[in-house]
Amino acid sequence: MGRKLLIHNDHVPNIHTLEVYRAHGGYASVEKALKTMQPDQITDEVKTSGLRGRGGAGFPTGMKWSFLAKPEGVPRYLVCNADESEPGTFKDRYLMEKIPHALIEGMITSSYALGAKTSYIYIRGEYFYVARIVEAAIAEAYAAGWLGKNILGTDFSHDCYVQVGGGAYICGEETALLESLEGKRGNPRIKPPFPAVAGLWGCPTVVNNVETIAAVVPIVNMGGEEYAKIGVGKSTGTKLISASGHINKPGVYEIELGITVEDFIYSDEYCGGIRNGKKLKAVVAGGSSVPILPTELILKTAKGEPRLMTYESLADGGFQTGTMLGSGGFIAMDEDTSIVKNLFTFARFYHHESCGQCSPCREGTGWMEKILQKFLNGTANESDVELLWDIQSKIEGKTICPLGEAAAWPVAAAIRHFKHEFLEIAKNKKFVDISHYDRLNLVRA
Amino acid sequence: MGSQVHGAQKFDEAKRAATVFSEEAMKTVQTIISHYPPEKIKSALLPVLHVAQAEFGGWLSPETMDYVASILKIKPVEVFEVASFYTMYNLKPMGKCVLEVCQTSSCWLNGAEDIVKYIEKRLNIKVGETTKDGMFSLKVAECLGSCGTAPMLQCGASYHENLTYEKVDNLLETYRADGRLRSYTDMDYKNTL
Amino acid sequence: MKVTIDGIEIDVPKGTTILEAARMIGPEVAPPTMCYYSSLKTSGGYCRTCIVKVTQGSAANPTPMPKPVASCRTEVMDGMVVENTINKDVLEARKGVVEFLLMNHPLDCPVCDQAGECSLQDLGYEHGAAKTRYEFPRREFERIDIGKYVQLHMNRCIMCFRCVKVAEQLTDNRVHGVMHRGDAAEISTYIENVIENEFSGNVIDVCPVGALTDKTFRFKSRVWFTKPVDATCDCKKCSGKVRLWMKGPDVLRVTSRKNIWGEAEEFICNTCRFERKNVSDWKVEGPSQIHRSSVISQNHYNHLNELKVQIMKQQKALGFMDINKRP
Repeated sequence: MGRKLLIHNDHVPNIHTLEVYRAHGGYASVEKALKTMQPDQITDEVKTSGLRGRGGAGFPTGMKWSFLAKPEGVPRYLVCNADESEPGTFKDRYLMEKIPHALIEGMITSSYALGAKTSYIYIRGEYFYVARIVEAAIAEAYAAGWLGKNILGTDFSHDCYVQVGGGAYICGEETALLESLEGKRGNPRIKPPFPAVAGLWGCPTVVNNVETIAAVVPIVNMGGEEYAKIGVGKSTGTKLISASGHINKPGVYEIELGITVEDFIYSDEYCGGIRNGKKLKAVVAGGSSVPILPTELILKTAKGEPRLMTYESLADGGFQTGTMLGSGGFIAMDEDTSIVKNLFTFARFYHHESCGQCSPCREGTGWMEKILQKFLNGTANESDVELLWDIQSKIEGKTICPLGEAAAWPVAAAIRHFKHEFLEIAKNKKFVDISHYDRLNLVRA
Repeated sequence: MGSQVHGAQKFDEAKRAATVFSEEAMKTVQTIISHYPPEKIKSALLPVLHVAQAEFGGWLSPETMDYVASILKIKPVEVFEVASFYTMYNLKPMGKCVLEVCQTSSCWLNGAEDIVKYIEKRLNIKVGETTKDGMFSLKVAECLGSCGTAPMLQCGASYHENLTYEKVDNLLETYRADGRLRSYTDMDYKNTL
Repeated sequence: MKVTIDGIEIDVPKGTTILEAARMIGPEVAPPTMCYYSSLKTSGGYCRTCIVKVTQGSAANPTPMPKPVASCRTEVMDGMVVENTINKDVLEARKGVVEFLLMNHPLDCPVCDQAGECSLQDLGYEHGAAKTRYEFPRREFERIDIGKYVQLHMNRCIMCFRCVKVAEQLTDNRVHGVMHRGDAAEISTYIENVIENEFSGNVIDVCPVGALTDKTFRFKSRVWFTKPVDATCDCKKCSGKVRLWMKGPDVLRVTSRKNIWGEAEEFICNTCRFERKNVSDWKVEGPSQIHRSSVISQNHYNHLNELKVQIMKQQKALGFMDINKRP
């Protein structure tokens, strides 16, 4: 059994309440931080821990914190990015729903480190009920003195609020999130300036993912050095993986970074293998944006080494033969899955979620969806594959925010590894969806 | 987005004058506003729109949005811009229960298309339409973060996951018998996992 | 700060953007722009036509920037090296942007009042491909009148957001904005409303395409059949420095004066723009300077003398500038 630091208590009844959470060692990091540590010491511990942003980009958290500008007389903010919307990702929802105090504890400890007197948890609007759970936990924390004025009798006072979004994937991009938090359209800002200098209402702001903030708790409790011992190389600690698709046991798993992908898919501790005795065809390993890989490349790198669940190993081989850990949204597809159709659902998604600010993404995402629709209608030509490739290359890297890349990469990867499927449809002028057993599932369950 | 309206909408002054939050809703709105610095209350716009949508019949009329603008002391166009950007705000009247079926990757892999077809057949409407009795509207949604429990649909605050045809039948029946408006802000958010 | 653009070095003040630095060198190296407008704050960054490649970040940190950057929103660093027209990738990427911008554009130039002074026409001609590869129906909107004088033709809009910024920065009550999102986004008032404001007419001047046009000029004439002259009047609301677009003795249209980048030198008020349509309302300075490459200059000044005489005759007022001294 791997070590768990974030959701090890998820099975405990009523762990969502302060009483039970506290009885299981909750809020120890706040006590330790406020009573025995200087704010900068916590930042140092986070740096030492090697923790990397768990939202998808994998940027070192300690470094992000150290960029925070600290001008006199200007408030600083910590904003938690709980706008989890990357297809295939549902770990933050699980964490907030099961153990909301783990996030709140992380918010308090992190805010103390950053010198933020106010923090906001921006939760995607669709997770309204999760926001209710977190709000209830915040109310408990206020009542018990973990939030509010002079926490634990120290000089540190802190207010934490929840804000719900209105339904927009793009608000997961940190500057779009800040715009949305300011009551505006979720249009990503043009950078620089970065939020660390001018974020919420123009004030220095750190935006971190739910899991990142929750991970600060064990880091403070056990020390950055201990935390860094878990994992492999620059991929330290544990990571929540949202597993879905054609696997026997979909769900959220906390893994030690460094287990093999094969182990993750096939062992009973995690996904438990592919459903209905089918063979694995492909995996999207880190949420819809990252390149899809066929079985042989997801289990082993191009060099023939076992692929590990780490930032580096998954990226081994670049985009030619590798992918990314991303947000940890792990979607497995069996042998009957049409890669083209799956790609269509991604393309439709990005078209739907483009904010419309910059032209390559606004126009290009819709164009790609329309061409993929042609494949599903059986009206596509072989030249459409080349066209798709060209369009994605003209979106990638040309946009204001990473949504352009997120929309382009899956298209590029599907063509790179499964071009024959596109060509076959184009040649036969016919699309046959053979992923049929799901239908039986709907009736049987 | 979800319910796009084009062209210039009519604005009814009399209807606008009659648009006022109940005391309870106003209290909620004031609490939300108190979360932000006094000069930044525009920030409360998204959550306040959710309250308004629940309060005024499940959609945001131009009059409702104008009213929200007056509370937050911003220009009406700022509210129109925001409300039309996000998918959760309905810009036209909807059924009391808006069924939003997720259709992205993992849900598709697990039969979301068949769930949509099934509901279409059961309610005798197509995606984007509302039943004649005004009870149900059917929408498709993009990834709702329920990939491990696919297929799923959202109605108001509730997530209905691991759907089967039988489960769909049950929830349609339950909602119809209950007959009330379902909002994202509902407190009975029991997740029917 | 020293910056090198396409091999040409120039010294610019701190805070200058790559685009402004390139403009200082000249039109040969200046990237094209569709959404940037130097006098409108926070404009630019959206259309992506001005993207360039930074092959050296600065003297202190020479690493190249990984992705092409929007030159209008990127400030220069000392020792920065930028490639625009000499970089194949930049030109290819720009070609892509032009295709995206034209994708949903109706290409109704033959019936569009903007033809001849349209930034999108110029951009397509200089940087685009001859044919589009887009085969699907284009998005369509109803034409709407926003106010007495301005018509909004959303089909032609390329979402540069300049008109929204004009309303925000020049007027005190913005009633139009961007509704919806993605490729369904549109410029609109949402509710039935009119844009009534003393400076609202400037949305026409900043619009790079024919999405916002002057109803008082609608279908009156092709712009290249009119003759632009610079004129002034004593206006209490604005500087009164305008450009008259004349056909014979008639003033068909009044606009702001535009510089070689197509930007208004000074914004003008609606009274000047829409209500002073007689030559006698104005003191004429002389023919406007129009770039030689512009289609507008094609028909011009063949009969310059006749024009001069005409104007002289009509202008009874004394003391206006000697137009012979104009270049």
